[in-house]
Amino acid sequence: MVSIWFFIGISLAVNGALILAAGLYQLVNPPENPGIVLYNLHANVWWGAVLLVFGLIYCFRFKPGRQS
Amino acid sequence: MTMAMLVAPRLVHLSAVDVIIIAFYFALVLGIGFYLRGRANTGEDFFMAGREMTAWVAGLSFLSANLGALELMGWAGSAYQYGILATHWYWIGAIPAMLFLALVMMPFYYISKTHSVPGYLKLRFGEPARALSAVSFAFMTVLMSGVNMFAMAKVMQIVLGWDINFSIWVSSLTVAIYVTLGGLRSAIFNEVLQFFLIWAGALLIPILGLYEAGGWSNLKLQITERASAQYVHLWSGLGSFTGNPMGIHWTGIVFGLASIISMGYWTTDFLVVQRILAAKDIRSAELAPIIGAGFKMLVPVIVILPGLLGLAVLPEKLVPESVAAVTGAHSYNDVLPLMLARYCGPGLLGLGITALIAGFMSGMAGNVSAFTTVWTYDIYRPFFNSEGSDHHYVNVGRWTTVIGVLISVGTAYLVMQFASIMDYVQALFSFFIAPLFGTVVLGMLWKRATGPAGFWGLLCGTLSSVSMWLWVKVDPSALRYVALSPHAKGLAQDMYQALWSFIVCVTVTVGVSLATKPMPDSALTGLVYGLTKVPAVGDVPLYQKPLFWAAVVTVVFIALNIIFW
Repeated sequence: MVSIWFFIGISLAVNGALILAAGLYQLVNPPENPGIVLYNLHANVWWGAVLLVFGLIYCFRFKPGRQS
Repeated sequence: MTMAMLVAPRLVHLSAVDVIIIAFYFALVLGIGFYLRGRANTGEDFFMAGREMTAWVAGLSFLSANLGALELMGWAGSAYQYGILATHWYWIGAIPAMLFLALVMMPFYYISKTHSVPGYLKLRFGEPARALSAVSFAFMTVLMSGVNMFAMAKVMQIVLGWDINFSIWVSSLTVAIYVTLGGLRSAIFNEVLQFFLIWAGALLIPILGLYEAGGWSNLKLQITERASAQYVHLWSGLGSFTGNPMGIHWTGIVFGLASIISMGYWTTDFLVVQRILAAKDIRSAELAPIIGAGFKMLVPVIVILPGLLGLAVLPEKLVPESVAAVTGAHSYNDVLPLMLARYCGPGLLGLGITALIAGFMSGMAGNVSAFTTVWTYDIYRPFFNSEGSDHHYVNVGRWTTVIGVLISVGTAYLVMQFASIMDYVQALFSFFIAPLFGTVVLGMLWKRATGPAGFWGLLCGTLSSVSMWLWVKVDPSALRYVALSPHAKGLAQDMYQALWSFIVCVTVTVGVSLATKPMPDSALTGLVYGLTKVPAVGDVPLYQKPLFWAAVVTVVFIALNIIFW
């Protein structure tokens, strides 16, 4: 059976990739009015990257067929 | 279902990437349900997830079943309103009870191989106690599910402008599909997924909030200036009812919340206990609540801290719901979405909203799967059809899941018409918790407790709780007697009402036990302390023993209470 942790990995990786992509898009095309506080920290870039890395680690570590 | 449904004014606006993240969540949970449909063919699979969950999965699921969206938003609002005092519901109001469940009660639940808490009462006290407990639990669980469904739909309307009907039907149909297909295993998988989504979606708020506030020390200074110094102390203001923003005394917290309410909830509410019963062995069953306790201590970081940060950094002053309804200002309960909107741009906002939706849906799945098990095993099988095959009961379970969801939807629409029903249902649920704890704990620890005593203790405890609630409802000044002070507020009533109903339950149980014939030891083997050989957790290293980790959690728990005294 596919491990629950693999599904967690997929969720984190896909969400991380989407958030990172949105953040990078904003970096390249800065909005006139970001509408949030601390926009200069670009949280969606680094938080998206963190989620993506964790997600990929989970996906690899618990991919189907790897576990006993 | 189109974007045209976004009709009302809203707190936040979603971008395309936010909508994709939310849609991906729905696709994933449905995908998990379809994937698991072939693994829910027997009763053990459908109702007990095959009893093969690891300690981590059972522990995170145990915690997630309680980590609903309304819980997150409600307690963040309470932190804004009452300060750090709200943390008591996460620390002393949870940790001791979780450890007690792990080390004292779980062995009896697990060894008896019961399917449910009412099932344990059947084994220990007989059919009447089970029937009383099962009917009240099943009835209240679906009603609570409906109340939460309406409340969440209302939140989605306020935060996102979503139509209430859209929220109710999309979420309930999704839950109905994945629980019907995969049973408890599907519910547990999605609860663990929700746990990660909540942390991924909510952890940025305290990180960025503390950055903006200039660290914890500066945050405390700002809160002291804008509210009072007592907003950042856990215990120092609890010497009197008037010395703290909550209007509560330490005896209410220690003897009402920690000793009775949390013990009742975390050790006898089948919604959470069911997750532990699905553990693969006794060591996992004992470790699971300890893992849950470890993470429970961290939850204030994403719930209480955002509320406190809201006090310091939000330019506007939030108001009670009643004032917000009249003035249109934001209420205390809006603090979490407001903080989300303050810091989270495209993508992050979608993840935060997904975390709220996931919290709601997994809470509903928890209610529905617990209802399904209790209805099938503790009501349908003993009272309607005791001769059915295993396959028959699985089918009953699937149909019960659908019917349970539909009753919940019906309750949600009922609440929409008659808002006061919500208060009554929430009050009703609290009536059963404290006496049930008295009955179960006496059953496990005192072999002299007899069958009739279990039933009458539970009944009298419940009736006393109802009576006290009605007394205060009819004559609000009666609160001075129930909660021991004219200065006591609503929360204090809950604490003391639980304490008195527990005492009534225990007193009646002891009295009737002593007046009735003792049960033979042979009937109590495997059910009661002293007559049960608890299997060892095995020859494992110290760091794998439940007792070791319970000690670690206890030390951290004490340290946290001292640090934030």
